[in-house]
Amino acid sequence: MKLQRRALIRSLFTAAAVMAVPRWLLASRPDAAFDADNSASVVDDLFEGPITESDQITLKVPDIAENGAVVPVTVSTGLTDVESISVIVENNPTPLVAMFELSPQSVPDISVRIKMGESSKVQTVVKAGGKLYSASKEVKVTIGGCGG
Amino acid sequence: MGKPIKIKAKIKGDVAEVKALMPHPMESGARVDADTGETVPKLYIEEVVCKHNGNVVNTAFWGTGVSKNPYMAFKFKGAKPGDTLEISWRDNTGDTSVSEITFK
Repeated sequence: MKLQRRALIRSLFTAAAVMAVPRWLLASRPDAAFDADNSASVVDDLFEGPITESDQITLKVPDIAENGAVVPVTVSTGLTDVESISVIVENNPTPLVAMFELSPQSVPDISVRIKMGESSKVQTVVKAGGKLYSASKEVKVTIGGCGG
Repeated sequence: MGKPIKIKAKIKGDVAEVKALMPHPMESGARVDADTGETVPKLYIEEVVCKHNGNVVNTAFWGTGVSKNPYMAFKFKGAKPGDTLEISWRDNTGDTSVSEITFK
C-alpha cells in the first residue's frame, strides 16, 4: 500500500515536470498535416483558433517563378514571442511545405527554397504569443517543379 | 550517413546569421524516371534540428515540397565567437547527417 502511494506521488511529480517543459521543446513532426492534400485540412490539423491577416509579417517570394523546382521564400516578422512559422502552398499536391518551430533565442527571420507544381497562393502562418497570424501572396509559376 | 551539411555563419552584433546547404535528392514521390519509366520513391528530409552550444534554437519540419539540396537560412541571438552550432537532419528513410561549426 505504502509503495503504491510512493509510486503515485512520483508519477504526479513526473507529470508536472513534463508539463512544465516549454511547448517548443516537445516538438514532434505533425505528420498528418504534411500528408494532407488540401490547404484547408493542413490549417485544421495544425492550428486551433482564428487566423488574422497581419501586415507585421513580411513574406518575400517572387511574383513570377521561372523555375517551380526552386522558389526562394523568406518570412520575417516584427511580431514578438514567435513560436512557429509555417509555409503552405495551396495548389501543391501536399500543401504544407515547411514548419519551423522557433525557440525564444531565435530571431523570426527564416529562408527556405521550395517546389511549386503550378501557380498558387503561398501562405505563411506565424504563431506568436499563442495567437495565429498570416500573410499570403500569389506566385505565378512558368515551369512546374513537381514530377518529371 | 547522409552527406555533410555546408554551414556558413557569421555574428553581426548580437545576432548570428546562419546559412545551411544540405545535399539531398528530396524526391517527392511524384517524379518519373525518364529512362526506366518508373516512379522514383519518396526520399526527403523530414526534420532539421539546429543547436547552439547544445541548446535547440529551431526545429524545421519539412514535407516533400522543399527543393532538392535544401537551403535554409535563419538567425538567432546570443552567439559569441567560440560557440558551436550543430545542424542535423533526418530523412523519411531514417538516414541522418550532422555537421558542426565554431563561430569565429
